[in-house]
Amino acid sequence: MDIVVLMKQVPDTAALIQIDDDNVNIKTEDVKWVINPYDELAVEEAIRIREKQGAGKVTVLTVGMESAAANIKTALAMGADEGILIGDPALEKIDPQITAKVIAAALKNLHFDLIIAGPRALDDDASYVPAAVSVYLDIPLLPTVIRQEIISGKIRCEQVVQDGIMVVEANLPAFMTTQRGLNEPRYPSLANIMKAKKKKIHTKTLADIGLSPDPKWHKTPTVSLAYPPGRSAGKVVIEGGTAGEKAARLLNLLRDKAGAL
Amino acid sequence: MSIDVMVFTEFARAGFRKSTFEVISEGRRLANQLNGSLTAVVLGSGAGDTAADLAQYGADRILTCDHPALEDFDAFRFTAVLSDIVKQYTPNILLFGSSYNEKEMAARLAAQLDTGAATECVAFTLEGERLVATRPIYGGKLLARVKIEGSPQIACIRSNIFPIVKDVRTAEQVMIEPKLKEPQIRVVEKKLKNSDRVELTEASVVISGGRGMGGPDYSLLEELADLLGGAVGASRTAVDEGWRPYSDQVGQTGKVVSPKLYVACGISGAMQHLAGMSSSECIVGINRDPDAPIFNYADFCVVDDLFKMLPAIIEELKSQGVKKAAG
Repeated sequence: MDIVVLMKQVPDTAALIQIDDDNVNIKTEDVKWVINPYDELAVEEAIRIREKQGAGKVTVLTVGMESAAANIKTALAMGADEGILIGDPALEKIDPQITAKVIAAALKNLHFDLIIAGPRALDDDASYVPAAVSVYLDIPLLPTVIRQEIISGKIRCEQVVQDGIMVVEANLPAFMTTQRGLNEPRYPSLANIMKAKKKKIHTKTLADIGLSPDPKWHKTPTVSLAYPPGRSAGKVVIEGGTAGEKAARLLNLLRDKAGAL
Repeated sequence: MSIDVMVFTEFARAGFRKSTFEVISEGRRLANQLNGSLTAVVLGSGAGDTAADLAQYGADRILTCDHPALEDFDAFRFTAVLSDIVKQYTPNILLFGSSYNEKEMAARLAAQLDTGAATECVAFTLEGERLVATRPIYGGKLLARVKIEGSPQIACIRSNIFPIVKDVRTAEQVMIEPKLKEPQIRVVEKKLKNSDRVELTEASVVISGGRGMGGPDYSLLEELADLLGGAVGASRTAVDEGWRPYSDQVGQTGKVVSPKLYVACGISGAMQHLAGMSSSECIVGINRDPDAPIFNYADFCVVDDLFKMLPAIIEELKSQGVKKAAG
């Protein structure tokens, strides 16, 4: 049972995000890069499936800069078997439409029974790549999965939907996206960190996966970046008196000052 | 036939979502700027006459696909039907509402048609006929303006951002017979419950509870939410503990909400939570810990025990004659 995990490198939540001088990119010098939290769930689930099945390979696939190799190493230390990093100068300015094409091209040369990915990455929040890749590969997409089970050539999933849970099934090969609650990603043990040093990370260019950059392939180019308007100053601390008095004061302020009620 | 703006709407069991009316209103505004028409597409089962409601919000034409096979949402199937409609009507701009389902449809169509798609859009401008969308990135730390290339130009809105504007028209109604594809996914079981409370991302009031709740009893929050016609949210701690369902989680790896009022009860307010509610118009923090990060960005701060404050707030509302909001 071979599984490919799509993994993206994103800035840590606490990172200070600043607009670069070109006004379309962020400054990356001091940013701490982490594995997209949803993708950690994907790596963990893939490893669990391989452990349960007793056989198969877990490959982590990343489109990104050289620094992403560090995050792939973390995934290898968790227990993934090998990594593929697709980097190319033409991919410096990338949008989700391009990412999906690149991933689909890379996957065409890989054997997989299952692809697992996060539903979105916390940098661009696009929620685009999984659906697009499943269209390109013509495989079923099972999103927001909180529990999965492989039963002879099929995958059965519980999905979190608006009003509860849907239990669905699809034939393999299939594509599954993660949802908080799917699992708790493991911390790599020292032994596994050492073992990971022997695992391979293959670096590939666009040419290696049979793609050449297309000047028209940017479908959602960034025109400009801006900081959001700050929250208006004038924080009000409600203190003194009984809970009832504070409650009355709060509601009055919400009604009259904030127009929130 | 080439039309200007098309809006996809999903007719679910309970009718149209609030974001449907928001996206129709924005579609109307863009169509006006293009001196063009607005077409609403309704897919569902039992939509029937309700589809005509969309004419109250500016639709010039309503294409309805009403079929029992469309009762339950299926992204693959719904996209195939919409794809046929798009091929026939060739819209310049195609807009969707804010639901996860609609984002998946938008992505599928964009990939199939090799065109641009942007999600979670909070504003649109037109440069000639080209759509430029504004969308939050990095958990709302930045706003990006992106140009949408290709045809049709596809975008999904974020809920609670665009105003709903009445614009009553006589709309042409067209019934469409869908060509249905076999689904790729089989439904084995549905464990759904009908909630008469408004959906979290569409609520104008969200009462949210975190670690300070101490357990799964959220009845105080539910009572307050009912009085204010709002929804109940939860922090990651609360869902990790199993106190609340994952679909209630507000935060970086949960839902992003933009209500008029967000009341954070017993929530410390770490960055990961902020990413889910930072664009709330008004934030109230109720927490026993005066150093809780929530107080760094709340508009109204109450350093007190939520189990004392919430009953007091509920009592005060009731004494003011506020009753559980209808619907």
